[in-house]
Amino acid sequence: MNTHNGTLSVRVTRIEQLTPEIKRFTLNDPQGKHLPAFSGGSHVVVVLEEGEKTYRNAYSLMSSPYDSSAYQIAVRRVDTGRGGSRLLHDQVREGALLQILQPANLFPLAKHARQHLFIAGGVGITPVYSQLEELQLKQATFELHLAVRGPEHTALGLELKARYGEKVHLYVQGQAARMDIRGILAARPLGSHVYVCGPDSMIDDTLDSAHALGWTDSHIHYERFVEQGSTGQPFSVTLARQGVTIEVPAEQSLLEAAEQAGYQVPYLCRGGACGYCETEVLEVEGELDHRDDWLSEEDKLGKRKFMPCVSRANCSRLVVDL
Amino acid sequence: MTVFKPIETYADQAPDHTYQNSREAILRLPFPYPEDHYMYSMNVEPHVPFGTGALRGQFDIDEHYVSECHHRAQTLAAQPGVHYAALPHMMEAQWDLLELLMESYSRDYPEHFTLEKSGTQWHWINRPLQIDDTFTFGDASTLPMEPMEYITRQAQGEFILLEERDDTLVMGAGMATQRADYSLRFNLGMSFMEFHGPVPKLHEMGILQRALKFLLRLRPGHPVRRTNWSITVNPRLETSAETLPDWAPERTLVTAENAGDLVNLRIELQPLHRLPRSNAVLFPVRTYLVSLKQLAEFAPQWAKRMHRVIRDLDQELVDYKGFTRYRDAMVTWLSQYDDGTPVDESQQ
Repeated sequence: MNTHNGTLSVRVTRIEQLTPEIKRFTLNDPQGKHLPAFSGGSHVVVVLEEGEKTYRNAYSLMSSPYDSSAYQIAVRRVDTGRGGSRLLHDQVREGALLQILQPANLFPLAKHARQHLFIAGGVGITPVYSQLEELQLKQATFELHLAVRGPEHTALGLELKARYGEKVHLYVQGQAARMDIRGILAARPLGSHVYVCGPDSMIDDTLDSAHALGWTDSHIHYERFVEQGSTGQPFSVTLARQGVTIEVPAEQSLLEAAEQAGYQVPYLCRGGACGYCETEVLEVEGELDHRDDWLSEEDKLGKRKFMPCVSRANCSRLVVDL
Repeated sequence: MTVFKPIETYADQAPDHTYQNSREAILRLPFPYPEDHYMYSMNVEPHVPFGTGALRGQFDIDEHYVSECHHRAQTLAAQPGVHYAALPHMMEAQWDLLELLMESYSRDYPEHFTLEKSGTQWHWINRPLQIDDTFTFGDASTLPMEPMEYITRQAQGEFILLEERDDTLVMGAGMATQRADYSLRFNLGMSFMEFHGPVPKLHEMGILQRALKFLLRLRPGHPVRRTNWSITVNPRLETSAETLPDWAPERTLVTAENAGDLVNLRIELQPLHRLPRSNAVLFPVRTYLVSLKQLAEFAPQWAKRMHRVIRDLDQELVDYKGFTRYRDAMVTWLSQYDDGTPVDESQQ
């Protein structure tokens, strides 16, 4: 299945209100086919259009990697966010079609680990769902420590407790002792692998504790959502050879915007690695936002070169040799 | 529809080998030189179908399919444990690979391959090799051998499975009966930087770091491809480090007179895939062998370009690719096809 720069269309077949803030969405192929397979810890990007705006929100898949007949994602409503989660909560109903990008995994399991230790907080439990499915099938040793803010937030934790029993330790604020991350790590043999997904403070606490106890980075895993592709603030760019100025919208790269406007820009990898689309910057007033792995630090600081496939700009004027 | 040749022999199977290319097979090659000068680069592009040649299918097969599968079976039998190896934790990636190859072959060449799924009960038909098997996906006991060995015995090209671990890629399994001068067993378990250790220039050019970063970002459903190439004396598929004493002495046989017959351009088409369940990276090497003589006969513009590439190639690359001893002979032989005019691929 090749879906370059394309999306998969899925139908929302079920919406469950799990906690006051979290809804779970079940997604199926509109024709009833199987969806692409994925591995534990994967996420999908949901592409949402609202008027002129496009949101690209990443959500972990919480269904089983061994059943691709449906995907499930949990969405926590963030009233202070950009708006994607509000849109999903308030406007998307069962039966609606959503556009998603094919799953990718930035939080994979360590396949050699003999002992998998999960530390999660709140909605950070979602990637762990598919990871535990994978480990259960492989009969691997694991345990989960999940902290939630109160009894009304325990639905997912209780669901996992029903599935995995004593392997799941639930810490409900106000009802039991707080999760003692350092204590948990200290009691595990070196060689265990720890995975943490939750608020920044929980990740920091886990990293600091693990380091202090002598764990190596290779055994510490945390979810990091890195922006894939090039999205950000819109900017204008002048293509000197064409003599035109085009607008690069928030959800497109310069390369994509130029292509859409009918200009052919040479490219290969479209991922900031191959160097093929390296372009000379003729004029710039402002800052370049380099996001590639191709240019050297020197080149990036020099503001003379630019990679249209991923990089962006925060400038009042940008002229490139295209 | 691809018409398969009857079983041919390669130079590592018989001294009087019968391997030959048809004109059609040569014109569909993924010729690896886009310019008159060659140097390493990050020559990677999205692996989307292109044209009617080797880039049309997800995994290309050509007229040598049956011969190559036969060669694989014979090579595996001759040296058990040398050309196929898989570490135990790669079983999930093995199933990913089996699924990808079966789905790709049956989609791209439905006249030759059929895959029927009923839940986890799969029915696989391979007409050219006369295979008709039913098995349970995910249950290795329902196949006659491990899934990777099973499916790659029915596939053209080599297949290496790389596991993502500690921000690098580690070689975890391989079917490699046509290796270009390395040892699978020696490399198994090595990381990306380690198994690329012997390649000159890549390190100082910074290509390896960038390539690794790029590959770690590879996503399921978005494969990429690149080509590579080498030079082999005689149409010999199996040129592993283990059998070097068998094939390396042939380098001494090449002269300016016989280079056209003896010397083969060895093209590697490498369509890299991220596998969905295991999160492993598949590194296939689909190898094409073509003698200089056949290349010049059927694709003279490519022979002209190859003359320029080989003549001007950096000495370090010549040494690494192993044709130092006969580069001059090749250049002399190829020069008769270079009239100095620009290469025009539309003219062949």
